[in-house]
Amino acid sequence: MDSNILRESKTQISVSVVFAAILLLFIIGNPATFLSMRIYYSFMVSVPFFAIMALSLTLIVICGEIDLSFPAIMGFSGFIFTTVFHLSGSVGFALFLCVLVGLGAGLLNGLLIVKLQLPSLVTTLGTQFFWMGFTMVASGGLGKTLVPTRESVLYNMMVGRIGGIIPAQILWMVLFAVILWVVLNRHRFGAHIYYTGDNPASARVLGINVNRVKMIVFTQMGAFSAFAGVISSLEVVYFWPTLGQGYLLRTIAAVFLGGTPVEGGIGTIYGTFIGALIIGKLEAGIIAMGMHGFWTQLIYGLIVVVSIAIHSVLRRR
Amino acid sequence: MASPGEVLVKMENVSKSFGHVNVLRNVNFEIGHNEVVGLLGDNGAGKSTLIKILTGVHTPDKGSIYWKGKKIVHYNVARARDLGIETVFQERALSEQHSLWRNVFMGREATDRWGFINVSKEKKETQRIMRDYMGFTSSALTTDATVGTMSGGEKQGVAIARALHFQADLIILDEPTTGLSLSETRKVLGFVEDIKKRGKACIFITHNIYHVYPVAERIVVLDRGTMVGQFAKSDVTLEELVDRLYLVAKTGSLSGQETNASLSDNATGEEIGQDRQSDMP
Repeated sequence: MDSNILRESKTQISVSVVFAAILLLFIIGNPATFLSMRIYYSFMVSVPFFAIMALSLTLIVICGEIDLSFPAIMGFSGFIFTTVFHLSGSVGFALFLCVLVGLGAGLLNGLLIVKLQLPSLVTTLGTQFFWMGFTMVASGGLGKTLVPTRESVLYNMMVGRIGGIIPAQILWMVLFAVILWVVLNRHRFGAHIYYTGDNPASARVLGINVNRVKMIVFTQMGAFSAFAGVISSLEVVYFWPTLGQGYLLRTIAAVFLGGTPVEGGIGTIYGTFIGALIIGKLEAGIIAMGMHGFWTQLIYGLIVVVSIAIHSVLRRR
Repeated sequence: MASPGEVLVKMENVSKSFGHVNVLRNVNFEIGHNEVVGLLGDNGAGKSTLIKILTGVHTPDKGSIYWKGKKIVHYNVARARDLGIETVFQERALSEQHSLWRNVFMGREATDRWGFINVSKEKKETQRIMRDYMGFTSSALTTDATVGTMSGGEKQGVAIARALHFQADLIILDEPTTGLSLSETRKVLGFVEDIKKRGKACIFITHNIYHVYPVAERIVVLDRGTMVGQFAKSDVTLEELVDRLYLVAKTGSLSGQETNASLSDNATGEEIGQDRQSDMP
């Protein structure tokens, strides 16, 4: 096998091994829980909320940038969805406007970073506070029910249970993973994302519009955050103004755990997909093994650091 | 020097400043079909800026560019590449973390109308390019090899082969031998000879006369933003050229030699010191 494929595969193999090892540990620690399908159905409910954002964030990190505002965009979009739904009574219209708002918020990030040449870390930290604050002010800090959405076809399409068991959101997650994989690996735009992250100066002199690439990746992140905001609100049929908070670190961790380096230029959708599954099962697994919930973050941190160290060593070899 | 009927590209009275720094002043430059021209000058002479104007990376403040006798307007990188101008930049313009086949088609992917890349076509073409243009027959170097793992000479080879593959009429090599070992340099000079054999024109930018002299037919000397002279290789020996360049470096002029630019408006030493920073893309 040649060096490039081997290097790409090494990262993907290592993240798969970490996934399998943790799963095995949980099965040994609590076979009753981890040999039953029920816990996996529960993962299928909760993992897509942040995994969809992690898949989308992978494109930004490959570009050599970062976005910290997506949890706030998720919350703000949830607010827009709820408000528009209560005003119009249409889930479809509310979803359409909410994704549009997400696109706009992502585009704003892109404009600030590309046109004003601001660093993405600081810019999106700022827009995170802005959208979070805006949501709190606009909602008055109050949540709202979404129970009437249950009557709609879209509700079932987004968070219904297929065959009465499989949560629809896991299919959305798989669908988005496939689409983003195809874009990244088989489309001209995906190739330009890689070149932008690896060597923007070279990309520019070869006629690649690096600024346009960055604008698009930030914009799509806004749309996926909005979608994640809608499905997580519909799942609990309630909008909380704090929606999104708590997703920041686990989403970013899924991307890095999946082998996409912070410097950008390389990275895989497969890696992020598995990274999200690892993060998703950790909390439940730790508790199922009889450990206190307080251990969760400690073990998150440990696994993220160890995994990134493994990826880094494998890339250098 | 290329006769009027044979001129491929002509730059007329080109000037460029970055802020208060005058990097190029009224430079006239031309190259003929199937001609290899060495563009010589010290650091800060304005060589890279001249080339970045020719390739559409920078827009000149003043002056015109003619391609095959026609004045070019609305010039940019994509237009330059469409015309048939390919550049192998000093930094080689490669994506080192990616495969050879991706690098060959970087910015010019073989796609369908929807933008989807035909991977097998790109790999097959890369294999042919490696064999035909680079002379790589070794099974150790495959189309999937990561460019970052290749030697400096091989990387130059990839960039030159890429230019040849896309049927460029003019290939510009910006400091192609910098940082290369003797054998790697020899390999790159072989690539330059190959460009000539294939009927293409080439501008070889360097500050090393010993590298460019064996392969160039004409040497153009830039100094502090102005063109101070040009020599047909048949008119000057390597030793004479070295003496003249030494004179330029020492006095800023080629006394008694043909020049098409006045040195009276040379940039100051302070301005020159900022040249290379301003040259960055």
